[in-house]
Amino acid sequence: MILQGPRRVQQSVFHHKLPNGLTLLGERMPWLESAAFTLMFPSGTCREPSHLPGLAGMTLELAQRGAGPFSSRDVVERLDYLGAERSSSVSTFHTNVSMACMARVLYPTLEVAVAILREPHFPEDELEEVRQSALLELASIEDDPAQKCFKELKHLRYGEPFGRSALGTQEGIEAITHRDCLEFHDRNTRPEGAVLSIAGNFDWDEWVKQAEKLLASWSGHACAEPGPVESISAKTHIQHDSQQTHIALAYNSVPYSHPDYYRSRGVVGILSDGMSSRLFTEVREKRGLVYAISASSHSLKNCGSVLCYAGTTSARAQETLDVTLQTIRSISDGIAPDELSRLKSRVRTSLVMEQESSNARSSQIAYDWIHLGRIPSRAEVLAEIEQLTCESLLDHFQQTPPSNWTLVTIGPSPLEFNEASNA
Amino acid sequence: MPNSSKHNSSNLHFLNHTLDNGLEIIAEVNPEAFSLSLGYFVKTGSRDETPDIAGVSHFLEHMMFKGTQRRSSVDVNRELDELGSQSNAYTSEEQTVYYISILPENQLHALDLLSDMMRPTLREDDFVTEKQVILEEIAMYDDQPPYGAMERLSEEFFGSHPLATRVLGTKESVTDLSAQAMREYHAARYAPNNLCLVATGAVDFDQLIRDAQRLTEHWSPSSSKRILSLPKPSSKQIQLIHPPATQQYTIEYAPGPGYLDENRYVSRVLATILGDDSGSRLFWELVDNGLADTAVCFTSEFQDCGIFGAYLACAPDQQIENWGILQKILADAKNSPIDEKELELAKNKICAGLILASERPSNRLFSVGNAWTIRHTYEPVGPASDHYRNVTLDQVQHAFEQLSARTRVSVSVGPET
Repeated sequence: MILQGPRRVQQSVFHHKLPNGLTLLGERMPWLESAAFTLMFPSGTCREPSHLPGLAGMTLELAQRGAGPFSSRDVVERLDYLGAERSSSVSTFHTNVSMACMARVLYPTLEVAVAILREPHFPEDELEEVRQSALLELASIEDDPAQKCFKELKHLRYGEPFGRSALGTQEGIEAITHRDCLEFHDRNTRPEGAVLSIAGNFDWDEWVKQAEKLLASWSGHACAEPGPVESISAKTHIQHDSQQTHIALAYNSVPYSHPDYYRSRGVVGILSDGMSSRLFTEVREKRGLVYAISASSHSLKNCGSVLCYAGTTSARAQETLDVTLQTIRSISDGIAPDELSRLKSRVRTSLVMEQESSNARSSQIAYDWIHLGRIPSRAEVLAEIEQLTCESLLDHFQQTPPSNWTLVTIGPSPLEFNEASNA
Repeated sequence: MPNSSKHNSSNLHFLNHTLDNGLEIIAEVNPEAFSLSLGYFVKTGSRDETPDIAGVSHFLEHMMFKGTQRRSSVDVNRELDELGSQSNAYTSEEQTVYYISILPENQLHALDLLSDMMRPTLREDDFVTEKQVILEEIAMYDDQPPYGAMERLSEEFFGSHPLATRVLGTKESVTDLSAQAMREYHAARYAPNNLCLVATGAVDFDQLIRDAQRLTEHWSPSSSKRILSLPKPSSKQIQLIHPPATQQYTIEYAPGPGYLDENRYVSRVLATILGDDSGSRLFWELVDNGLADTAVCFTSEFQDCGIFGAYLACAPDQQIENWGILQKILADAKNSPIDEKELELAKNKICAGLILASERPSNRLFSVGNAWTIRHTYEPVGPASDHYRNVTLDQVQHAFEQLSARTRVSVSVGPET
């Protein structure tokens, strides 16, 4: 399988599991000057005690306030000195620390990340500051209705514990103690189920050597696997004094690990990828109902969903919802060959362009491993996409029509929505 | 023959050429790149509008996707997707940019499409439908309190200066705008001598010139000009109420160096030391300790002037105290001078960010395009970082000392207290 481009490069992907259970993953991109790594370990929000939502986020924040030989200020200054860009976040199942830097400072950068993971100081006198930051972050989402809409959608659709937001709740954040953070870290920051992925300009043998030096002695028993995720059909409206009504909508689909995933993703692509996609054409281009409209595939372990968003002034919100639903249902009328050929073209191009970003590849291979236990090659992904046909997409849509709808609206008034008519 | 200059850090080389109709074509060619990016940089934005057509640059940017003599709006959207492209457009105070990232074999098709889009039909029925989309965009930002504060601040700071015009316009100006006024604006501002075609990545430059020559030969130059002047702000503080808001947002503008002022590098380094979102003085005194959600300094640069700004987001009942802390930090040059370590960390952070971002041709498009359209210069990443490396402690300390005497205009928005 050939990926078009000025150069055809061999994709070099590696993996190695340490005896303690940590999986090392790598993709060499020697044409870059940078390298980026992602450290994922299984301390997500679903492992928080039910009365302490926000614990995973506060634990991560406190862990970054001094670790190993670095004081709280040293952590920040060391990374600035190295010129390393970093981000950290908490999701349902994992805590994620990512850094990108010039290849020549890769190992000193890794040392800081590993110190945060393994030797956090957890300064007790900074807990109140961390708590205040968490409360402010939680409050700030109230002024961003689109983001709030998705937070509420996740909560409604997945319930406890999988629908928790990393932002937590005011009650949870106020109740968290220093001991809670220490215990959460001890219980969940474990090598089994953790992944350290790297992409960019690096030497794999040297990387494994350095990773083993820093992480081979990391120990701890595996945590119990969380149970299966189930979606919940529900709807709610949140009253808000705004000009626009924000609509977040979800329905059942197949997850990333499912054999039919590419067919499902193909249908979502027909709906929402690009400016000629159906939702953009019908809702925005033809009717001018919205500025923003989108649909995307989302996988929470075994549970796949399609998530949609539209924002529109309130007088036109019902029409926007109706046209959005009608457009989703229109897939059952068939897919035109040119729609599918545009979708394939977009995928081909993005597969070539992902070779330009170490950051993007580092995150992607970690995501692949967590969901699939392997890293599909670009050629394999391309082959999956090339074999899609209009008939196979239509057949998939008819076999697994949208079901189990969840709807959240934020705005001046609720909207009419009847799941039965959308089945 | 195109002009060419090589630099020694890699295989990149810069080429430029001007067509007879005045259209400039420039490229940073990287034969090793996987992709190429193309963009038309139009030297027009909200500052080039009169009050009766406020918002026309941005509205026009939307209308450019609505079809040409050769293509319907559906054709335009379909072809952009057929090219597998990542494409979009944006409008600012001073420019409107249309860009596309593609595989090299699609260079001609992409150039043909993008060039054709620069001559839209601007049909009345499309204009009416798209006006609704623009009004939705305005409503979307109106629901987010910091945006309203920023727009009001620009009006207060710039006063009668053209940069006071809101990029989106207002609900009223957009509602009242006619398609005919937009056509006249397009004819005046989208002339080839007011555009620059920019390419980065795996570009076939000779082919690009030949194709652009053929595709734009019917474009006629115009004599559109931009009014340049210095704003004359006077210090003031404005309070706005946005009842649904839960946080208090305060933004301040003070005069700073513009795009053509060599001091802009000093100003950017100073903003990083004082108010970057991590590791800065504001970060340690206001964010790290949980007093504020956000406390940053930033710079904005324009052709004739610039801004040194500050932004604070926090709980409404803590705004007065936090704003006081922020102001004290910005006025503390004598007691807490910048030290060598702060300067080095800021330089490392800025320069590493420049290099990391430069790995994608799509990111380089904006650096290369902006440098050429605004300053008529080309700089590879290395020399661009040298501007920051060369900033001295004396320079940054001097700029810091100047802050205490600055003219300050601020707008604060939050719930009713």
